[in-house]
Amino acid sequence: MTPRTTATAAIVGPGNIGTDLMVKLLRNDHIDVTYMVGVDPDSDGLARAARAGLEASAGGVDWLLAQPHLPDLVFEATSARAHLANAPRYAEAGITAIDLTPAATGPFVCPVVNLTEHAAAPNVNMITCGGQATIPVVAAVSRVVPVAYAEIVASIASRSAGPGTRANIDEFTETTAHAIEAVGGAERGKAVIILNPVDPPMIMRDTVYCAIPADADRDAITASIHQTVAEVQVYVPGYTLRAEPQYDDPRPGWQGRARVAVFLEVRGNGDYLPPWAGNLDIMTAAAVRVGELITLRQGVMTP
Amino acid sequence: MSTTTPAVRITDTTLRDGSHAVAHQFTVEQVRAVTRALDDAGVRVIEVTHGDGLAGSSFNYGFSHTDEIELVEAAVDEARDARIAVLLLPGLGTVVDLHRARDAGAGIVRVATHATEADVSVQHFQAARQLDLETVGFLMLSHRIGPEALAGQARIMADAGCQCVYVVDSAGWLLPTDVTDRVSALVAELGADAEVGFHGHQNLSLGIANSIAAYQAGARQIDGSLCALGAGAGNAPTELLATVFDRLAIPTGLDVDGVLRAAHEVLTPLVPRLPVADRPAIEQGRYGVYSSFLLHAQSAAERYGVPAHAILRAVGEAGYVGGQEDMIIDVAIGLSSRATVPATPLEGVPQ
Repeated sequence: MTPRTTATAAIVGPGNIGTDLMVKLLRNDHIDVTYMVGVDPDSDGLARAARAGLEASAGGVDWLLAQPHLPDLVFEATSARAHLANAPRYAEAGITAIDLTPAATGPFVCPVVNLTEHAAAPNVNMITCGGQATIPVVAAVSRVVPVAYAEIVASIASRSAGPGTRANIDEFTETTAHAIEAVGGAERGKAVIILNPVDPPMIMRDTVYCAIPADADRDAITASIHQTVAEVQVYVPGYTLRAEPQYDDPRPGWQGRARVAVFLEVRGNGDYLPPWAGNLDIMTAAAVRVGELITLRQGVMTP
Repeated sequence: MSTTTPAVRITDTTLRDGSHAVAHQFTVEQVRAVTRALDDAGVRVIEVTHGDGLAGSSFNYGFSHTDEIELVEAAVDEARDARIAVLLLPGLGTVVDLHRARDAGAGIVRVATHATEADVSVQHFQAARQLDLETVGFLMLSHRIGPEALAGQARIMADAGCQCVYVVDSAGWLLPTDVTDRVSALVAELGADAEVGFHGHQNLSLGIANSIAAYQAGARQIDGSLCALGAGAGNAPTELLATVFDRLAIPTGLDVDGVLRAAHEVLTPLVPRLPVADRPAIEQGRYGVYSSFLLHAQSAAERYGVPAHAILRAVGEAGYVGGQEDMIIDVAIGLSSRATVPATPLEGVPQ
């Protein structure tokens, strides 16, 4: 048998995120998206998926798991609560889950940082939008020097912050801070999110500050950041540095450490969501990238 | 003339908004001295936190000299009659931070969001009420939306458990009639459900005039800061609020002499530089820029060799909101990499 390099996939949750995922998956060579699953028969997302040729159902996960051909992958774009209920069922059915909710039942993954460690995990979590945008840079710095502390500020357009994010904004700061440490490699992490209502909407902006040794090799850090940005651009072409990394010598209150500051812009691909919603685009693009890499990796391992 | 003039509660924020003006370097001894003087003068609410609220100590907003929870504990210990308030900006501070502040003895939380984003505060108000804290809501940069829209945001806070919603003139941009319109709209919307407050800045030297307008429109909580110590050109000075409300025969419960003593004998010797309405601060009032950006813009101006007022104007043009201090550096880099022209002409600005 030839190695399996194409996987089938279902999207659970036909909202904005689910629909943007669908658009991205439909043009992906390694993933064949076959199902769109919701719970509301009047959902626009389900109708749109049906028009795009997917099997779309409002029968929920019960319907999905009753299909004669189960998908290899499921992209969960519902809510943390729904995913907590669904996760054991996917696992039992042998379906790998890529979780875009804050449930975090599986390990945090960032495609350019730690996916290889978790490529065989039955369930992986996509962290947060701010995490996907900034953790690659934290990791790029911590690969070169020890990072005692990393802090990120994510600014997003108000219109791109859904009711779930707004009702539990603490979840963003806490989850992202945790992942800056667990995935980014900083000893201590901190995350801030700002919603900006300016019109026309602002494109997602992210700033990463890392505390670095005063005598750090700044050229090596800059080179590592550039390399990482190029790697992220493979799946988010609009991921760019606004300026060269900025270095500041130690100041009072910095405990003898210097600082590197990295200013990022995340322009979305404009697939289903508008380009300013780079925060949503980087989540769906990273999830698709994770699905693709899991497929390729498992394909190599299972003849 | 009415026989009973309604009282106004003055909240002093020297030890919170004033934290911006001292780059968050307050010490336990300073907090004790100021708290004691304010408490002696009859101030019943004293706010103590990093300038950007709980968990504000950071690269982006400046690291605190002393952990704010230690400062809250010191103020709680020093105060006999006053209660200690803390500020929380959702997206930065969390419910976990709120628990810590409550455990340190804070009795009031003021939850601040941008004027259009009140719904991010719902979980914090609910948590605060469960912790039995008094609640205040801050609608920052209130000038960015009209009175009716602002009242709609105030309603979201009140429904979440907020007991007093403030019109917060974070940029010191509002004129007295603008304050009247906004406070009136909130009073009409909230009725008996919540009080209305006002927090003014001195960027256009209107902090006191705006506070009077707010009171006359129905605001019953007003913020001040000793010697105006606060972001931008500072806040409405508490000692002037005490003096002016006394002249107007509006009860504040404050001892005017005591507040003047707190300002000029206790605070002044502790602070190296008091805020003034200098050019960058006036530009903040002129273009509606978040007052806390001032020292950050001055620091970026020095680092990148561009004028602070030019940075602030560009920041105002871009519509950045409270918390986006990182964008000040971004703007400064942009300005410094352009030609030798000192300031880029901005749309709509007469040259």
